[in-house]
Amino acid sequence: MRLYAAAPKLFFSREPTVTDPQPAALSNGPGAAAILSSAIGCFVLGILALAGDAFAPVARALNVWKPTGPLSGVTDLAIIVWLLVWLVLARVWAQRTVNWNMVKCVSIAMFAAALLLTFPPFMDLLQGK
Amino acid sequence: MLAKAVSRPAGQSRHKIVINQTKKTHGAGMEISFRDAVTVLHGMGFGALLLLAFSGAFVGLYSSSVAGHAWNQRDRRFVGWYLIVMAALGWAAVLAGAYLVYPWYRAIAPAGTIDLAGYPQRMLMANPLTIGWHSLGMEWKEHIAWFAPIALTTVAYVFVKYGAQLANFRSLRNTVLALAAIALFATAVAAGFGAMLNKYAPVRGGAEIVLFKGADRD
Repeated sequence: MRLYAAAPKLFFSREPTVTDPQPAALSNGPGAAAILSSAIGCFVLGILALAGDAFAPVARALNVWKPTGPLSGVTDLAIIVWLLVWLVLARVWAQRTVNWNMVKCVSIAMFAAALLLTFPPFMDLLQGK
Repeated sequence: MLAKAVSRPAGQSRHKIVINQTKKTHGAGMEISFRDAVTVLHGMGFGALLLLAFSGAFVGLYSSSVAGHAWNQRDRRFVGWYLIVMAALGWAAVLAGAYLVYPWYRAIAPAGTIDLAGYPQRMLMANPLTIGWHSLGMEWKEHIAWFAPIALTTVAYVFVKYGAQLANFRSLRNTVLALAAIALFATAVAAGFGAMLNKYAPVRGGAEIVLFKGADRD
């Protein structure tokens, strides 16, 4: 009876093992940097998508790789901005505890705007089409 | 009879070749064009696999950080790799889509072209009943799809970076779950429209790859 009761603990234990290393306590800075930079990257992608759709000179400037057209410039630039912002924020906020509510609100607003800016009916609405 | 890899102009229907067969065959031949194969790899190989993986990601994120189940380091490492592979699938899907399939999709038909089968975007735009698949479907999909790998890269990074400590940051872990939800939405939009676009205007052409050869009957 005792063995039967102990079996699940022996074979299916989810407890951390004693050999698990205990890492140093982290601040919320690195996580905030990653999340805010991804929101900025998506927002920039939305802005560039709208600008490319609305203005022909911008579309021509974004035409970095001809077979893919302006989409290549939109996405390449957004990825560069995302990674650069992430790099900078990660360095600045590496050890800091940042105002999480501010980061959260700005990130939510940017993701929401980015989602809207990539939605064609909303893009058309902004352009008065 | 269909065993050779043949190259034919974009837009030319494969059915024409089947009609010209002189020998009767039994058994089913099966071929796929090169562009079809790349599109399948993009949509089914990367996109659909990513979509399937989301359920596991949500269970892992919820269990380890929200529900607070005690996980050992090996389990945590497994889920970390799982999320990294998901991010990689997302990147593979958008890069293959934007740089391999999309140029074939948006190819401009030469003046006077009547058969638009090799020019999917032009084919959709030529018909008022299908133009929305491009103006809404493709226009939305080509941009929103990129949110998925960006969000998933962030999710994987935060999960790996914080490990067991993620459970201590309630707001951070909730935001990570929200990011995973955004990635799921972006993937679902891209995959859904991708499947429908390929139904109405398949990206097709290039060399034929014979998957199975029908046996000849004299």
